[in-house]
Amino acid sequence: MSETAQEKWGMVIDLDRCNGCQACVTACSLENNVGFVGEESAAYGRGMHWIRIQRYWEGEYPNITARFRPVMCQQCGHAPCEPVCPVFATYHSEAEQINVQVYNRCIGTRYCANNCPYVARTFNWFDWEWPEPLNEQLNPDVTVRRRGIMEKCTFCIQRIRKGEEDAEAEGREVADGEIQPACAQACPADAIVFGNLADPESRVSRLARSARAEKLLEELGTETKVIYLKGGSSRDR
Amino acid sequence: MTAKLSAFPKEHPHEHEEDPREHLMLDPRPREEMNSMVLESMQDTPVSYWVTVGVLGLLVGVALFGAWGYMISKGMGVAGIRRPVYWGVFIANFVFWIGISHAGTFVSAILRVFKAEFRRPFTRAAELMTTFGLAAAGLYPLIHLGRTWRFYWMIPYPNQRWLWPNFHSPLMWDMLAITTYLLSSTIYLYLPLIPDMAMARDRSTGWRKKLYRVLALGWRGTEAEFHHLHTAINIFAFAIIPVMFSVHTIVAWDFAVAMTPGWHSTIFGPYFVVGAILSGVSAVTMVLALIRGTMKNMKYFIRPEHFDALGKLVLIFSMAWGYFFFNDFNLEWYGGEAVGHAVMDYHLHGPLSWIWYGMLVANIIIPWATLWNKKIRRNPWAMFTIGFIINLGMYAERFMIVTFVLSRGRMPFDWGWYKPSLVELSISLGSIALFLFLYAVMSRLIPLIPVWEVQEGQLAHTLRRIGKAEIPTVSELE
Repeated sequence: MSETAQEKWGMVIDLDRCNGCQACVTACSLENNVGFVGEESAAYGRGMHWIRIQRYWEGEYPNITARFRPVMCQQCGHAPCEPVCPVFATYHSEAEQINVQVYNRCIGTRYCANNCPYVARTFNWFDWEWPEPLNEQLNPDVTVRRRGIMEKCTFCIQRIRKGEEDAEAEGREVADGEIQPACAQACPADAIVFGNLADPESRVSRLARSARAEKLLEELGTETKVIYLKGGSSRDR
Repeated sequence: MTAKLSAFPKEHPHEHEEDPREHLMLDPRPREEMNSMVLESMQDTPVSYWVTVGVLGLLVGVALFGAWGYMISKGMGVAGIRRPVYWGVFIANFVFWIGISHAGTFVSAILRVFKAEFRRPFTRAAELMTTFGLAAAGLYPLIHLGRTWRFYWMIPYPNQRWLWPNFHSPLMWDMLAITTYLLSSTIYLYLPLIPDMAMARDRSTGWRKKLYRVLALGWRGTEAEFHHLHTAINIFAFAIIPVMFSVHTIVAWDFAVAMTPGWHSTIFGPYFVVGAILSGVSAVTMVLALIRGTMKNMKYFIRPEHFDALGKLVLIFSMAWGYFFFNDFNLEWYGGEAVGHAVMDYHLHGPLSWIWYGMLVANIIIPWATLWNKKIRRNPWAMFTIGFIINLGMYAERFMIVTFVLSRGRMPFDWGWYKPSLVELSISLGSIALFLFLYAVMSRLIPLIPVWEVQEGQLAHTLRRIGKAEIPTVSELE
């Protein structure tokens, strides 16, 4: 394992733009066939959302501000979830430089979820149902997971693959902004930007160099691929 | 003159000292009588025995396997675990049973290696606890799997997909350590059993004779056979001690190698080993009190002197556990990391903090307050009660290490709490029933007392008169 992880796909989330509308959560759930668990289970901490808007309060009432932070799998370069899996169900994709989960290999030890400092993983506690006609909405590009399996954000790898294959078929490189995960596509505030971090000229790379850039729990050395912008200045745009 | 005579002490000054003949080794009976006493205890099956076995069997069938089957068919969701507490009672049970399984080997192998003569009558009862404690513990890694029916993917077997398990995962180390321990402790249980199987073979009829003939492996009791047996037992007694230490250290590493605050601790390995021995030796006293109280002729073999000796061990290990606990907890507090303090705060001031305080009472205050007293140590049912309380305390410790720590992670938004469900409680109860069921059945199939070892000890021990005192002596056996 190299000292610093290689760069490929990355995401920038501008916290100064995020207004906590949850459009990304909805889009992600629909794109990725994320199960609906119902009100009660969701309240008990069994919501399956791959991306969640963490809400923190700053200050005391009446001088109080809500802060939002959309958190999904941070696609660590040195992922704590990977070594603990006994069957290699979660592993590092060398080609895409993201952390992938093989649903059919997962036996459900849930060790990866315990070792994830970002609590980014969700577990299929039951078989979820999509009663008629909701089954029509299922995305054919994404596996429907059964009970007993761990899952998490994949950076919409089905869209990455499709973009790469389209580009290859046309004999060109993938253009900047061509591949968009569902959350970035749905964000009305344009707070989520996705692209190739290996390309210094891509929009995501330029934003990642911002003085406002920070990574979540960077001190753990997990080499995450999600960069948050925070500080309130708009000089980078 | 007469007044001076009446001042002569009425009591003999040594009257309060126990009679050396209270000790099993100095109170020999004819060999044939001892053999038949043990055989009688195995064949004594009153109605109460069958009722107990029946109820335990029913509990194993319904509470353990029934609830487990229900969970398999519905999904892990019928357990109370949730984000972020992905592990719950099942893993706490796993650590608990591994801890119970430690004592058997600890008591038997370590006392054998150090030639502690008082061990002789109860080594087998302790070793059986290892085997059945592991049987109960070994179920939990399977029970807690989201897809139990895929457990064999953890086994390294050749397959056409060229898939291999991940030996970087502590769960793989666990599997290897537990299977090694189960195999070696079963052999270690079986070796000293061979002469007793031959003894039972020569004195029984019917299906028992057939069974014991197979298990006795043609033992005749020649000097060469005993020589080989002693060598084999000696090798295993030494070799199994590091295996025992490694197993619980690896169980501790399941937690310690994770980067979760509250788990990532260098002291977890020895801390878990000491905790396992504390709960396990306490459990040995419980089992011995039960055997002595319920089985025939056992009062001759299991005596207050054994509870006395085990009580001292429990006290020492309670002190050792307190020392490790202090190390683990206070250094986290002194370090002052915010997450670590959040975890500690949940222990000390959270809604379930009574579990934490209860653990300290059960593991430290109660043993320290009682076990210094010889009268208490020599009372089997007092020792049973203390052992039970310590095991409650040790279970609480495992429960908190698994669930409290997971409740308070690095992301405060995801902090959560955990409430065990009925299914989890049912399976937990069922595994206790499984342990007791296997033990109860086995108590009628094999002699719980290694008769030949007791007899060997009685041959070696003598009372010698030196001056006016009788001094127990022991001759070197090997």
